[in-house]
Amino acid sequence: MTTEYTTTFPMLNAGIGGSETSSPRAGDGARSEDYLWTLNFGPQHPATHTTLRLVLKLEGERVVDAMPEMGYLHSGFEKLGEHLTFNQYVTVTDRMNYISPMANNVAWHHAVEKLLGIELTPRCKYIRTIVAELARLSDHLLSNGAVGLDTGAFTFFLYAFYQREVIYDIFETLCGARFTNSYTRVGGVSQDVTPLVVEKIRTFVKTFPKTLDDMERLLTRNRIFVDRTKGVGVLTKEEAINRGATGPVARASGVTRDLRKDEPYLAYEDFQFQIACASSGDCYARYLVRMQEMRESLKIVAQAVENIPAGPVNIGIDQRTALPTKKQVYSTIEGTISHFELSMSNRGFEVPHEESYAAIEAPNGELGFYIVGDGNEAAYRARCRPPSVLHFALFPHLIRGHTLSDVVAVLGSLNIIAAELDR
Amino acid sequence: MPVDAVLESLASEFGPLETSVFRDQTRIVVPEPRSFAVFQFLKDRGFDLLVDVSCVDYLEYRGAKQRYGLVYLLAMTTTNQRLTVRVFVDDPEPTVRSVVPLWEAANWLEREVWDLFGIRFAGHPDLRRLVMPEQFTAHPLRKDYPLQGRGERHNFPVLTREDG
Repeated sequence: MTTEYTTTFPMLNAGIGGSETSSPRAGDGARSEDYLWTLNFGPQHPATHTTLRLVLKLEGERVVDAMPEMGYLHSGFEKLGEHLTFNQYVTVTDRMNYISPMANNVAWHHAVEKLLGIELTPRCKYIRTIVAELARLSDHLLSNGAVGLDTGAFTFFLYAFYQREVIYDIFETLCGARFTNSYTRVGGVSQDVTPLVVEKIRTFVKTFPKTLDDMERLLTRNRIFVDRTKGVGVLTKEEAINRGATGPVARASGVTRDLRKDEPYLAYEDFQFQIACASSGDCYARYLVRMQEMRESLKIVAQAVENIPAGPVNIGIDQRTALPTKKQVYSTIEGTISHFELSMSNRGFEVPHEESYAAIEAPNGELGFYIVGDGNEAAYRARCRPPSVLHFALFPHLIRGHTLSDVVAVLGSLNIIAAELDR
Repeated sequence: MPVDAVLESLASEFGPLETSVFRDQTRIVVPEPRSFAVFQFLKDRGFDLLVDVSCVDYLEYRGAKQRYGLVYLLAMTTTNQRLTVRVFVDDPEPTVRSVVPLWEAANWLEREVWDLFGIRFAGHPDLRRLVMPEQFTAHPLRKDYPLQGRGERHNFPVLTREDG
């Protein structure tokens, strides 16, 4: 930890009493770095939200350098992916970015289906689009709410969290689980949408814009919030691309890249929506982009929920990838055979000796899986491309020169989820 | 510039490279000594975003000739075309040139590959472990590393409140 930081910090020379000549003890051979404070932030701190650690070098209140450290939640998800079958592993993806587990489910099976060459039914595509967008809403609500909370706006956070509860309720009605949904399956989803779910989503679509307006009124032009976030943690467009930023972080810096438009997957081609972008690249821009993205997501949900195609939700039994329904198992011979074969460890899917990468636009950015198949039902290698790692690597670059109180604003606006960092 | 045109100019510059397509994804295999030059070339031709750097351990994989296959996923932010670049290295000293001078994004991604696979990146500014603790000696995502570990956890020094 000590060796990397013995370089000189040009900022020090501009600081009060920081230059070597004016320092009172310069004659003792003391260097200017010796007057720096080292502050350990985390791994357990309310404002880190999750288990991550920052070692901050401070000159007074100013952050001279930061060293992010991760690994406190490393649980070997990629190693587990080599031992669990494609359907079992979805439970693990729930625990990666636990702010929006549904998006992880969708991303994982999107990649698996690409490797296996499965085309989903239209109904399933719509349902997955709806849940992915609801996951985006819940993720942005929390991440913007947390930025508000960390900069002192508690009411804003409560407004956001109340709406997250409504989304949890929808998920609970949909699949029985509020948080760790494990909703998708290879070639389909675990439960079909019921009229009650549709009704709940419709109510949510109607009531949510009002809360969103309230939230905007509370914070978007709030003087304290704007002062705390505007011009803080500026990321230029070139830096954003070069450092691998994706999602709202990149779009707030002016990178017009969104996989929903650029390489449309699921049913995104069918909907009218826009991509929110900003150009200033600071914490405030990231907040605004997330706010606008929520409105656009709501448009997608509103269009999708009224147009869910009829028909089967899972792909047919003849393809032998999705488990047949109970009725098919008990009343048809094809259903029985298919169910039996999928449950046998030496039958199951036909996995090619190939490898492929597929990504979705997760709430945080590009979430992709690089899967290597070797004929078995479990992946030979299941690499997860997490957006948070690259965003966390941005942190020292963004915080240098700002004050200690800006640390939480920058951290919150990057939306670092430690479980996704460490996987 | 479309991917095919880039590949053509790449072939005229570096000679024919092994190219394959699977599920609409174009992949090229680059020999390790020339990898950095190829990446430099690709970056100059518009692949400005490094999406991911990862690795696959092909120990006992059917038809594999070399043990480690690095995966570089590149994309263009302007046209969103993608290209997968594979670089293969082998034991005992798997080493590849770092691409941090080209893409800063590679910094942590390469640290992670070093941590979990033990592949050295020559020219990396700060090649430390990323997720595993510094005292850890093994590289856990290698295929010869067991799922449940080798008991390293029990051998870690225990810090008590008095010692600390």
